[in-house]
Amino acid sequence: MMDQLVIGGRSLQSRLFIGTGKYSADALIPEVVKKSGSEVITVALRRIDFNSPMGNVMDHIPSGMQLLPNTSGARNAQEAIRIARLAKAAGCGNWIKIEVISDNKYLLPDGYETIKATEVLAGEGFVVLPYISPDLMVAKHLVEVGAAAVMPLGAPIGSNRGLKTKELLRILIEEIALPVIVDAGIGKPSDACEAMEMGAAACLLNTAIASANQPELMAEAFGMAVAAGRKAYLAGLGRSEKYASSSSPLTGFLHN
Amino acid sequence: MSFYDEFLQYSDADMEAVFQHTTSADIERIIGKDRLTPKDFLALLSPKAEEHLEWMAQKANELTVQNFGRVILLYTPMYLSDYCTNKCTYCGFNVTNTFTRKQLTMEEVEKEAQTVAASGIQHILILTGEAPAIAGVPYMKECVGILKRYFSSIAIEVYAMEEEEYAELMEAGVESMTMYQETYNPLLYDRLHLKGPKKDYRYRLDAPERACRAGMRGVNIGALLGLDDWRRDGFFTGLHANYLQNKYPGVEVSISLPRIRPTMGNCETGNSVNDKSIVQFMTAFRLFMPRAGMPLSTRENAEFRNHAIKLGITKMSAGVQTAVGGHIDSQENSGQFAVSDTRNVKEMSDAILQLGYQPVFKDWQAI
Ligand code: SF4
Repeated sequence: MMDQLVIGGRSLQSRLFIGTGKYSADALIPEVVKKSGSEVITVALRRIDFNSPMGNVMDHIPSGMQLLPNTSGARNAQEAIRIARLAKAAGCGNWIKIEVISDNKYLLPDGYETIKATEVLAGEGFVVLPYISPDLMVAKHLVEVGAAAVMPLGAPIGSNRGLKTKELLRILIEEIALPVIVDAGIGKPSDACEAMEMGAAACLLNTAIASANQPELMAEAFGMAVAAGRKAYLAGLGRSEKYASSSSPLTGFLHN
Repeated sequence: MSFYDEFLQYSDADMEAVFQHTTSADIERIIGKDRLTPKDFLALLSPKAEEHLEWMAQKANELTVQNFGRVILLYTPMYLSDYCTNKCTYCGFNVTNTFTRKQLTMEEVEKEAQTVAASGIQHILILTGEAPAIAGVPYMKECVGILKRYFSSIAIEVYAMEEEEYAELMEAGVESMTMYQETYNPLLYDRLHLKGPKKDYRYRLDAPERACRAGMRGVNIGALLGLDDWRRDGFFTGLHANYLQNKYPGVEVSISLPRIRPTMGNCETGNSVNDKSIVQFMTAFRLFMPRAGMPLSTRENAEFRNHAIKLGITKMSAGVQTAVGGHIDSQENSGQFAVSDTRNVKEMSDAILQLGYQPVFKDWQAI
């Protein structure tokens, strides 16, 4: 049986999502994509210059990749909504990563504004993937308003600190019926592997690959780590498996 | 409550004593910390910290790459008007200098915009002297109306305004502002600003906060290094940036580190600021505020700018003309200051790429 992640009707073989920011040259992106095996790539709409005669990041994204434009730079729901609509109008498809940040010190997301933006955009037919702090109630609201997944942070953006929010991530993974994609903070392949072992549906990362001395090699390492973590989870390492076995060997007799 | 209250708390502090008591062990401990206090920042500006400059630089580099990536945003200033009612002793545009003043007509603004946009630049910084009767808010709004068609982001570096005026300009399409306090030393400030509205120290000091209150996306501040002791002015610049970031977390706060350059005016106050001092300030500030922006102008020479990319800089100007109308006619009047790095946009981008960084032309789009 193929283990696939399905989001917005699209099945994905790879559970590693990658970013396009922070690279020393956009020309590195095709090789990073290839080595990582990733099928989903996020790109900040604020950086894309569709009119540029000098080309832009879009020219380096291999065709066939699922584009995930993000609303980076938005400080409230209204700005995020406008950016999302611009992205769609510009031909970036209907997936959108909502990033609403009004805290420039730690770059922590604003849950309330994120919920508002998600509700409007999901209503307009977008496949909405909101970036959040791992807050159960925010995640539940996002499910209600039509998010396609939730993307909680492991640690603040760019911090490379790993899974500092592990306990909260675990709760989200257990309680939320949507895919939980760990976003931000992952610094090492072992962090990504651990998130996957815990039952995360996927990991999204940018800084850890882009700031490595050899981004392509690091991309490959992350691709392997995510796949390894997923296999370990499927093999029964995941905590939620312990309690939610489909075949109830000890208590199944009660229903007979 | 404004930054002035915080400024007062520190203004009488005996910085010399702090510097004298700072030890190598203190510096090492501070470099190892995740979050620095204003006192830690001050210690990193001490003469003692100079001995640890390489280590500071390495950490500054690491923090910058983590937070901003290997990316440098390119922008260009556009001088709209050199009419000025102030008499600042260090500036070529000051009211007593006799030269033929110029203010761009809308046609000229459009021509300049075309020339600059053709170089690839998407972020533009517009500048004027302080002459609200000639180059006031209505004039600037008209210019912004034209520039919006050519650029994805427009910033202003103009005189200190009221909150409502900032809001009006934002409505027109401006999204960030720069305001140099020049020096945080009120007595020296008074001596350097001989006459004109800019003489009001407190009004200028509070201008960035008024812009934040008006909802400006980005606010850039700085001191003109070389007027007073750079350690003192550097410390207050950092303190001011930290105050703004804490109080207005939605604003992207950045600082500039301009050094005095030769102008038509004579400035006798010069405290010298050498490359080492600028590097110390740059790296100390990066450790203090890892997420703050740091633009670097063409006042610095090419060699210094190339090295600075690895020390915490996030934005650079390129293809700079500091005279009004300089992009369409390079023979125009003398500029506000002498440009040291004369590389054009293409040369600058190539240099950035060669250094293992990526030049970025668009980082925001007015929405
Ligand atoms: S520094 Fe500004 S205000 Fe002072 S004279 Fe020059 S242009 Fe005028």
